[in-house]
Amino acid sequence: MRALTWHGKHDVRIDTVPDPEILNPRDAIIKVTSTAICGSDLHLYDAVIPGMMAGDILGHEFMGEVVETGPKSTLQKGQRVVVPFTISCGQCFFCKKQQYSACDNSNPAETQDLTEPLYGHAIGGLFGYSHLTGGYAGGQAEYVRVPYSDVGPIIVPEELDDEQVLFLSDILPTGWMAAENAQIEPGDTVAVWGCGPVGLFAIQSALAMGAEQVIAIDHYPHRLDLARGLGAEGLDYTQTKVGEALLEMTGGIGPDAVIDAVGMEAHGFAPDNVLDVVKQKVGMVFDRGHVLREAILACRKGGRVSMPGVYGGYLDKFPLGAFMQKGLQLRTGQTHVQRYTDNLMKEIRKGKIDTTFLISHRLPLADAPTAYKNFHERQNEWTKVVLRP
Amino acid sequence: MVQRLSEPWKTLMTQHRPLHPLSATLLFAGAAFLVATAVTRTGRRKSVNHRRDDAPVSASRVSTPEDGVVVAAAVTIDRPREELYAYWRRFENLPSFMENVEAVVPEGDHMRWTISAPAGQTVDLVTKITEDRESELIAWRSVLDSEIETNGRVQFRSLAEGRGTAVEATIRYVPPAGEIGRLVAKLFRKEPKVQGRHELKRFKMLMETGEVTTAQFHTPQNGSTGD
Repeated sequence: MRALTWHGKHDVRIDTVPDPEILNPRDAIIKVTSTAICGSDLHLYDAVIPGMMAGDILGHEFMGEVVETGPKSTLQKGQRVVVPFTISCGQCFFCKKQQYSACDNSNPAETQDLTEPLYGHAIGGLFGYSHLTGGYAGGQAEYVRVPYSDVGPIIVPEELDDEQVLFLSDILPTGWMAAENAQIEPGDTVAVWGCGPVGLFAIQSALAMGAEQVIAIDHYPHRLDLARGLGAEGLDYTQTKVGEALLEMTGGIGPDAVIDAVGMEAHGFAPDNVLDVVKQKVGMVFDRGHVLREAILACRKGGRVSMPGVYGGYLDKFPLGAFMQKGLQLRTGQTHVQRYTDNLMKEIRKGKIDTTFLISHRLPLADAPTAYKNFHERQNEWTKVVLRP
Repeated sequence: MVQRLSEPWKTLMTQHRPLHPLSATLLFAGAAFLVATAVTRTGRRKSVNHRRDDAPVSASRVSTPEDGVVVAAAVTIDRPREELYAYWRRFENLPSFMENVEAVVPEGDHMRWTISAPAGQTVDLVTKITEDRESELIAWRSVLDSEIETNGRVQFRSLAEGRGTAVEATIRYVPPAGEIGRLVAKLFRKEPKVQGRHELKRFKMLMETGEVTTAQFHTPQNGSTGD
């Protein structure tokens, strides 16, 4: 089959690789009909996530048709399914607590060694996201082996198009969980850093959860326009002192909740970020945390910090004093996708959630390398790419 | 009768993989922290007089070479202990999650273990059960004429309601002399502790999910043993 493979920094290619097979009883093979490039794929493209090997197949947002099932799979050939990016066994302590992304069994025993020294515990398995999360072949391919297929995949009703449901795989529930982690109360002001797909879905979710005011921060005019289209106010940090603006827009109190939908590759020329860029380049740190620092300083006393943005390692200059003295709370984590998919699917069917407004480009899988390049370099116009194998 | 896995799986599970190439990357990334830890440890070891605390032996900073090599690991499995005990007690089942154990065959009140060693060779080990408490504990020891001197025990302890069972395994072995010793040393050079941990994790996967997780997506073409 044809698949998008990673070969190093800014080097992804379409290669011919072996077709996937059923290896375990609960497996299914999915013929991919739509797959997307995620903002977090750009962290792999930039080679700032450790644990990648040449030839790894990328992609963790995908859906398609069931073409083969293992004897213990509950899926049936011909069904259309969306596949969550988190692989969950459904039967461990964490899955039973609905902490699906913390699944204890989905990361194979050998690759659990990679994150145990780094994080204290092994993290769960994810599709196409480095060997830290198992080294699973991803969905930017013609076919994918889906383990534990009786737990993850969501069956798609006939009347819905691929594009209406594709983002149930990651960014829609991720944006929803980001807003849920912000513990929004009526009357709240929520500030969201980053108007990429996750930030946009977090804005949409925050408003749905009753936020009075949502303020979006980015520097791409088109992305800020998309945020405004949802009902947010936009701040361009290249034009505006974000901290001062947020204070003024909230009567001096500060936002009740702040959401970092940017993560480890923050942009901008603030002194702390310039230093972080250099340190990240020479391998001294994994993460650039400018957004998180700014968000913590902006957040009101006793407020909430939600962090859907991806981080991989250790962060310095964390404003621990501000965090403690203001009595903030921080909630984060890889999304527990399976916890949210049923409800979000209902909202989509009722027409209450539109997921297609952010798609800017639709291309064949063969064009994936160009799509990565443009999604990386022309973020203003390239907001979301959907690939069709 | 030995329970056998389907061929593709067996291939996946019996591969002797060298140190995962990524381990090197991560070791490098974590080097600064490890160096710092090592310095602290060395400083501390000199001043400590092996005082016993309540920690399990596997977490000890003080090694006891006279005990041989000790491999100990614990894992929590969300299944009743009766079920876990019963599976383990049928020693023929062990190859389904122990990477290097090719077969365990009961011979009267003894068990014959066939352990795969580098270069396609095998080492035989004969053990007898020394303690057997229903749903609680199994202990075994090698018999006198066995090629490896070893003993092991596995304990099953019920945790608080809804928390499953803690499974704690301890295996000690004394590296033998001669050709066998060389093979065994080579076999265990890749961190016996790591191997022990992996095996318990695979046991957990098998008991909780009915399968041993793999991230492979196809059967490797020609790498069946890969010594």
